[in-house]
Amino acid sequence: MTLFIMCFLLFLTGIYGVLTRRNLIKVVISLTIMEFSLFLMLAMIGYISGGEAPILAGTIIPAAPVVDPLPQAMVLTAIVIALATNAMLLTIAIRLYKKYGTFDIREINELKG
Amino acid sequence: MWGMSVIVKKITQLMCALIFVYGIYIITHGHLTPGGGFAGGALVAGAFILLILANGSEYVRLKKQEEGSSMMESAALIAALVLASSGLIAGSMVFFNNFLPAGIPGQLASGGVIPFFNIFIGIKVAAALLTIFLALVIYREDISK
Amino acid sequence: MELMLAVILGFMIIAAIYAIHAKDLLSAIIAQGFVGYGLVICFLLLRAPDIALVQIVVETITLIFMVAVVLDSTRKELDVQVDRKQYRIAGLSVLFMLVLLFYFNRIIAPLDGFGEHSMRMAEAYAEGAGQTGAINLVAGVLWDFRGYDTLGEAVVLFAAAIGVVTIFRLTGKN
Repeated sequence: MTLFIMCFLLFLTGIYGVLTRRNLIKVVISLTIMEFSLFLMLAMIGYISGGEAPILAGTIIPAAPVVDPLPQAMVLTAIVIALATNAMLLTIAIRLYKKYGTFDIREINELKG
Repeated sequence: MWGMSVIVKKITQLMCALIFVYGIYIITHGHLTPGGGFAGGALVAGAFILLILANGSEYVRLKKQEEGSSMMESAALIAALVLASSGLIAGSMVFFNNFLPAGIPGQLASGGVIPFFNIFIGIKVAAALLTIFLALVIYREDISK
Repeated sequence: MELMLAVILGFMIIAAIYAIHAKDLLSAIIAQGFVGYGLVICFLLLRAPDIALVQIVVETITLIFMVAVVLDSTRKELDVQVDRKQYRIAGLSVLFMLVLLFYFNRIIAPLDGFGEHSMRMAEAYAEGAGQTGAINLVAGVLWDFRGYDTLGEAVVLFAAAIGVVTIFRLTGKN
């Protein structure tokens, strides 16, 4: 349970960054940290102590228990989606920089006509 | 974007082939070893990105490359969809039906349709990441003019 | 094993806090890379080589994108003017985080503890290797048992690539 709480503390760090920072790049970094903590949480839920990696060696029914492959498959797709959304956010940030000349959210709000 | 020195260029041209072959290995052995379409596709895209970063943007014709990679991405997605829906025709009426024989587990020719899906999704991920990077490089070239 | 994981997680939290408070954007991005590569070690300790392989490649490509964006524009974090409004925002967010922590503590109570995951579905997937023929169980889950999810992921990646190309080309025609 302590590890779950620590993982959630990483998530809270990301939320703090999103709520308090004014720089767009810092907001993107905070969102990435939140995604990281989610991946780690899912991988931790599927872990079994003393388990093996979910790759069998010839035999169909393994002797030692394998860790749950379902959360790992979900995390595998989520990582690639996170890369795509990150690229999208950076694209929007760089377009805003071209238009307003700053990454500051407050100045963008003031300059908005 | 400017290229780097001659040493970096030469080493990169030698290394990129190795990284590319490693990516292909990861894709085709996705049902036997760790990896699969996602990791292998990202590796292949990384090889191209390394080549463009080291050699500068004059090394490739950017617009043509971007059109080609975008088309490749769409084609790979359509191929995966056709393969998934061909399960409707073959055997039972199930989308994503594994209609090919399973084979002996542990050999390269096993797993039914899983290796084909891995190859298609590898092409798709590589082309998507390369398209995003090329769009960024083209944008930088445009605003620096 | 659990101690090692806890130590790495502690370092990741410290690096995340530094990344949020750094004055220079480039060092913030490097600290974020530290968090990402620490995640790779956590995945290896959790017996998940597949996602460790994906994460180490994807993290490298993300760092290349971010450094390219930052080198193009200003590197400086905005000058921090300490005013009363900022304190109020920080206090409110800490309060919000405490409420979230309280509810998270109640949510994880019915979960199995760390390392005591019950094998309801996992046994079916492990026996399913005889049906699919793929000895990498993650590949079998991805493309056979839960193919719809993976197809949706591919479509999201496609949409993101199209969106990036479209946004970058908005003024290209003028």
